[in-house]
Amino acid sequence: MVSDYAAVAVFLLLGIGFVLFNFFLARLLRPSDPTPIKLSTYECGETPVGSGWIQFNVRFYIFALMFVIFDVETVFLFPWAIAYQSLGLFAFIEMLIFIAILLYGLVYAWRKGLLRWY
Amino acid sequence: MLELDKLVKIVGDAIDAGIRALGLGSAWVMVIQLAIAGLVVVAFAAVMVLFLVWLERKISARMQNRLGPTRVGPAGTIQTIADALKLLQKEDITPKAVDRGVYFWAPIITFVAALAVYVTIPFGEGLIVRDLNIGVLYILSITTFTVIGLLMAGWSSNNKYSLLGGFRSAAQVVSYEVPLALSVIGVIMFTQTLSMLEIVEQQEKFHQWYIWRQPLGFLIFLIAGTAEANRTPFDLPEADSELVAGFVTEYSGMKFAMFFLAEFLNMFTLAAVATTLYFGGWNGPILPSWMWFIAKCMVGVFILMWFRWTYPRLRVDQLMGFAWKTLIPLAFINLILTGVGIHLF
Amino acid sequence: MDSTALAFYSLAFIIIAAAIFVVTAKNIFHSAVYLIVALFGVAGLFVLLQAFFLAAAQVLIYVGAIAVLMMFAVMLTARIADAGVRHTNEQVGTGLLVSLGLLAVMLYSLWDSPFQFSGAPVAEGAGLTLGRQLLTKFVLPFEIVSVLLLAALIGAVVIAKKDDTGRAEPKAKYPAARALREDPDIVRKVPR
Repeated sequence: MVSDYAAVAVFLLLGIGFVLFNFFLARLLRPSDPTPIKLSTYECGETPVGSGWIQFNVRFYIFALMFVIFDVETVFLFPWAIAYQSLGLFAFIEMLIFIAILLYGLVYAWRKGLLRWY
Repeated sequence: MLELDKLVKIVGDAIDAGIRALGLGSAWVMVIQLAIAGLVVVAFAAVMVLFLVWLERKISARMQNRLGPTRVGPAGTIQTIADALKLLQKEDITPKAVDRGVYFWAPIITFVAALAVYVTIPFGEGLIVRDLNIGVLYILSITTFTVIGLLMAGWSSNNKYSLLGGFRSAAQVVSYEVPLALSVIGVIMFTQTLSMLEIVEQQEKFHQWYIWRQPLGFLIFLIAGTAEANRTPFDLPEADSELVAGFVTEYSGMKFAMFFLAEFLNMFTLAAVATTLYFGGWNGPILPSWMWFIAKCMVGVFILMWFRWTYPRLRVDQLMGFAWKTLIPLAFINLILTGVGIHLF
Repeated sequence: MDSTALAFYSLAFIIIAAAIFVVTAKNIFHSAVYLIVALFGVAGLFVLLQAFFLAAAQVLIYVGAIAVLMMFAVMLTARIADAGVRHTNEQVGTGLLVSLGLLAVMLYSLWDSPFQFSGAPVAEGAGLTLGRQLLTKFVLPFEIVSVLLLAALIGAVVIAKKDDTGRAEPKAKYPAARALREDPDIVRKVPR
């Protein structure tokens, strides 16, 4: 039912409202006394060196890329799982093929050292 | 004791009748009903988090042969209320270098994602806000916003610790999301539905609990879920010994409190989803259904806290390696075993 | 105006506004955040079309995976701190021409396609029908998807390996990193 999802919308708005209300409440109660030192970026008490936006290693990206691939796969597996019992052996074999192809990919990535963090 | 179940229903019906008496259009009646339900959930979440924080402090203290909070209230029970009031009065420092817009919205998104899950959590018989027909998938998808919150907080702080903490934990959370979803799929193969309510109704008897048919799946779910909730041994986002406080380093006051709230709420969500999927949800004899649900969730929460005060933190490479080289292959094996099992029995 | 129409127009407004911000934001990270808003709005549209499963998949894949991937990609770029990334280059004319052409094609196909409205209820049992169809009628595309995903995975390996040459040998000033790379189990071999 589409109307069920109105609950989601209401919850999202309510959640935002709750947080904003808390911020507002805190604003009434809390002190506000900014000083330049207080407003500086924390770096263990030292003066920050350069910007905080440093360039990252590519490995983060690789893991995210692999995640995208496996995420798409799990999304395909959900309808399969729901229909599984009503479809019989055929569905099982199909899924074996599906999983096997992707597991092969995982093994390939593994052997090429892609899953190595350092 | 079943009267307590009825009591909830009577109160609900009374409120319903009250709204209808206002004579608004049906759409407005629904919105008001939902808003009231939402406020109840928010209140529940707040109280639950206050309780969980107290519980965690008590449990950790006991495990380390300490006493924990004892001063404020009996056995320190209202210590966390005092802490919350203190946080409310704390100065909210927004450092100069941050990206203000993103910095402001990160805690909101994190909290809202944690809250929105409760749309379809079945607390008890008739105690579910809306039984969404894609329930399980909805929960999985809405919790992905937690990652976005992490990344936004980490990036916008313009702090090296925050950035490292945020991106590292995002990599962790997405990596463990795959085995988590795969272990859930093992249950879905039995339930043939994604609706949380129907899943609970299928597990009326003790022997029908899905834990008996999915022991390996549950183990994977528990481990991956612990990582998703950023709990020790997977609490790398806040690895305080190396990253100060991870992505929350630059946050203070209420904004920090929101991250904290979301974190504990996520822990309860994990226990609630595990209860629903594997432990029969609110099914149980004698006691009212919602009491069973809360009791089962508390057991789950206790196990998570037990983990935290028992295990040391993993190293980041061990963490990623464990997700991809152990859990994901294991989750696939679980799926294949389940598939074979369904055909054999 | 009924509530569905209201929901549709508010979602459409959010999506279009967010999409405009995506292309006009000066900061790429901001673009990624606005993109999430737009993609989440699209999930809302799927809900209005009673395609609940698709809506969840949209959030799961686009918000949970693609957007995260983009945010990681932002961190790979060397000049993240530069707020003023230019949005145009010397190909602005060609780009305009291509996008206008694309718009024309899309408008034409929208105009030309006979939309059929049926009163029949949308298939119930979120995912069940989808699963049955996937495993019976559309089984070949379904299996090809896995091959496509495998190709993407191999692509990822190639990208990673190409970049790996840059970090193949950790610099001499990090002997510990090099030792760890050569023998991952070295930690356990520390003499007690």
